[in-house]
Amino acid sequence: MVDRIRLTTLSTESISAVVLMRKSVCTTSLFRTLLLGLFLWGMQSTLLFADGAAEWLMTDLGQPLSKAEIERYEITIFPDGTNLPDGQGAAAQGKVLYQNQCAMCHGKSGIEGPAARLAGSDGWFSFEDPLRVLRIKEYPILLISVGSMWPYATTIFDYIRRAMPHHAPKSLHNDEAYALTAYILYMNDQLEESSTLDKQSILEITMPGKARSVSAKEQITNLVEQP
Amino acid sequence: MRKAFLKTAAGNGLLDRRSFLQSGIALSTSFSLGAFAAPVSDLNTAPNSSIAASFPEWMKTPGRADTEYGQPSIYEKQVQRHLQKSAPEASLFSIWHTPIENQRGIITPSGLHFTVNHNGIPDIDPQQHVLMIHGLVDKPLKFDVESLMRYPMVSVIHFLECAGNTATNAVSLSPLDQSAQELSGQMSGSEWAGIPLKYLLKETGLKANAKWVIAEGADGGSHSRSIPLDKLQDDAMVALYQNGERIRPSQGYPMRLFVPGWEGNLNVKWLHRLEVTDQPAYTKDESGLYSDILDDGRIQRFSFHMDVKSLITRPSGKQLLPEKKGFYEISGLAWSGYGKIKQVEVSADGGKTWAPAHLEGPILPKSLTRFTIPWRWNGSETVLLSRATDELGRVQPTRDQWRDQYASYSFNHYNGIQAWHIARDGIVENCYG
Repeated sequence: MVDRIRLTTLSTESISAVVLMRKSVCTTSLFRTLLLGLFLWGMQSTLLFADGAAEWLMTDLGQPLSKAEIERYEITIFPDGTNLPDGQGAAAQGKVLYQNQCAMCHGKSGIEGPAARLAGSDGWFSFEDPLRVLRIKEYPILLISVGSMWPYATTIFDYIRRAMPHHAPKSLHNDEAYALTAYILYMNDQLEESSTLDKQSILEITMPGKARSVSAKEQITNLVEQP
Repeated sequence: MRKAFLKTAAGNGLLDRRSFLQSGIALSTSFSLGAFAAPVSDLNTAPNSSIAASFPEWMKTPGRADTEYGQPSIYEKQVQRHLQKSAPEASLFSIWHTPIENQRGIITPSGLHFTVNHNGIPDIDPQQHVLMIHGLVDKPLKFDVESLMRYPMVSVIHFLECAGNTATNAVSLSPLDQSAQELSGQMSGSEWAGIPLKYLLKETGLKANAKWVIAEGADGGSHSRSIPLDKLQDDAMVALYQNGERIRPSQGYPMRLFVPGWEGNLNVKWLHRLEVTDQPAYTKDESGLYSDILDDGRIQRFSFHMDVKSLITRPSGKQLLPEKKGFYEISGLAWSGYGKIKQVEVSADGGKTWAPAHLEGPILPKSLTRFTIPWRWNGSETVLLSRATDELGRVQPTRDQWRDQYASYSFNHYNGIQAWHIARDGIVENCYG
């Protein structure tokens, strides 16, 4: 017996819905040939065309995605608080977690590196940093600090929960992610050490990076919309 | 050598591109003839001798068998990606640079394509991988890999460049003696094949207030970026193939998002989720690392395009011109995230005079474009430059012009003119023009 490769090209039953688009976006001759092939293939079962020529056959093989499945995976936290989970954590708890799970990469006080700097407005090549020359030599891609640049505290929670600690991403509980977020905000003078953070209070934080932010998006939108 | 036919194109020895063909100039006369340089003998004609003595070993023995997956010549082992020293592999945040000075044409071999990984490379079982599209859509849908392979696909040739490419020249106070690979190797060109994202978004339908899409990867760090929906509807694709084979793990196997002309970080590898929204998420990378700091201290976010850029790859940093007063073909790469390359000018006198280089076809939008120009080096110290212009009329700035826009430590989206210093002994070195 020979193992047969499962064919992954279009079969007639997979062309279950045909959407005809007046504008072909791809004008290469190769794609036209492909379209012609699809068209001829489609004729065997269902012949669908408009004005005498099918320009686009649309496959629709997507399966319904249930609400439960979406909830399992939608981990993105938005600046307006969308998707923030229940739970809470204090900066003081975060400090303990930080020393155990984060300090080895981010440094004892969040500014030493080698991983991204978490605190301080001195950013990347601080001239006040006595080890500046060494750092540039050793770690020229040290990241600009969270406290200096990030516009929203929700991003701190989002990134800790999805990606940290680096060696065991997604292992922290929601309470722990709140506690670590609170501690990083405390490092940046945005919270008292005794403060607690939850899905309401995190929205009250105004990060220093927000006032400095400007978006290039308007320019690019205009360019994209050019004919 | 018939010098009368050599037409000058610009100062200090830049020649008209047809000079090579018309004059029949020899690039060099001193190269080794190797095995074929053996003295002519009369062995071949003697009745008691074989012709073997005339030939190298590999012409006198059967060759070896081929293998299932071919590898480059053992004599090309030095052509490798370079791991940026500042990003040790042990940290799992690794940056591997393409040896662009070894490349000809506009396609980078898949195994040499640059790669930046924020949390290592996952090995994803395609049978367990699913792409989800949800949020502001009419029908949330999921697609397994086998289903996606049944969709009509398109193939396109595009460059991909990291926002931080050539950051060293953007921020280093003095020019470092680095190769083209070390400086600008976070840039590669490939043929990508896959499904235009608009096919899939047509299938899910979109709500009227849909404006952004949060794209997320299935790696350990669940890398995510917010991307304007209009761009994704325009020319983005779910790429399944690179250079004729399925995308490699370091490029996002089993699938990646490909967003032509925009910074590499948006081209989410191991793509598993697209959440359609009315707002950006301000993910980690759009909050800090991939922002620009303007000269007045403001932080510019969502500057997605990779602007018009070029560099001479031959001769380039850490190389040596072997022959004084020799003829060389200057060759390099140009690209723009806004469209096609319209012109590349080259200067062999530090920018005093410029000549248009020959653009090799195909000249494709948002793709690497190869340029060449013949040059007769007179053996004196000089600086080589290239300056690209794209079809929108965007011109590559000088390093100073670029730096005027940004804070001294801002390093993303650098596209300043690359200058190569040629010393009298033929040593080529990175310089600031």
